[in-house]
Amino acid sequence: MNNMSDLTVIISTILIATGILFNLFGCVGLIRLPDVYNRLQSATKCVTLGTCSILLGVLLRYGFINTGIKALVAIPLLFFTATVAAHALAKGSYRFGIRLGEKSIHDDYKDEHDQDKKE
Amino acid sequence: MRQSGLFIISFIFWLLLTWSAEPGSIVTGLAVAAMSTLFFGRYYFHGVKKLLQPKRYFWLVVYLFIFIWECIKANFDVAYRVLHPKMPIKPGIVRVQLNIRSAFARTMLANSITMTPGTIAVDIVDDNMYVHWIYISSEDPVEYTRKVSGRFENYIKKIFE
Repeated sequence: MNNMSDLTVIISTILIATGILFNLFGCVGLIRLPDVYNRLQSATKCVTLGTCSILLGVLLRYGFINTGIKALVAIPLLFFTATVAAHALAKGSYRFGIRLGEKSIHDDYKDEHDQDKKE
Repeated sequence: MRQSGLFIISFIFWLLLTWSAEPGSIVTGLAVAAMSTLFFGRYYFHGVKKLLQPKRYFWLVVYLFIFIWECIKANFDVAYRVLHPKMPIKPGIVRVQLNIRSAFARTMLANSITMTPGTIAVDIVDDNMYVHWIYISSEDPVEYTRKVSGRFENYIKKIFE
């Protein structure tokens, strides 16, 4: 029994550590990447695996009681809110007139956007 | 009738979130679930029938595993691009053809694409989805459609349509 709980503690610690590491990568990307859209990628993305594994680690650590279940329920909440926010920010900044950075090699959305403006 | 699905789901969500069986909490949960159903019920569920088909739940579970696997893979990919001194990125917005009709399934596909690191769904116009991609690995539309949405589309179709 004691071994079992030791194992859970180790796994949950690994999960939480991985989560923090990926959140850190997300922050590094936020600083290093060139334009709004790429930064958005980094800000919302590394956070998915990062925050989700922190929450899973919390779930393992506390088990299926009050705290653990709340951590589990937070994952789908995060899934929907983070994606909608990222999508809205990306579309909003494009509409606002912020162009893709110099490194970009492809922009199919431009035609669509210009058409909208003429109408 | 068709709104009962939303009512049940929001009530279960409330129960999970509060995690208590006290009468006061349950009554509040029922009231809140009823209120949210009243206000937002017309935006969701155009049929309860789909909720009762077990095949869809089976594919949902399969899809969850595939999604998590893709997510982990892409997370490492983005982390590598961010940490590499030369930053090997080729960003841009690509147009992807959609094969899914229903609005809810499209929302879920867009959410899945946005949640996978490296791609963000920017807009849907008619049957095209515009996706910002951090590393455009091929110039061929068929090829990148397969890479961006192909891996999820079949499952989403089976689950939500």
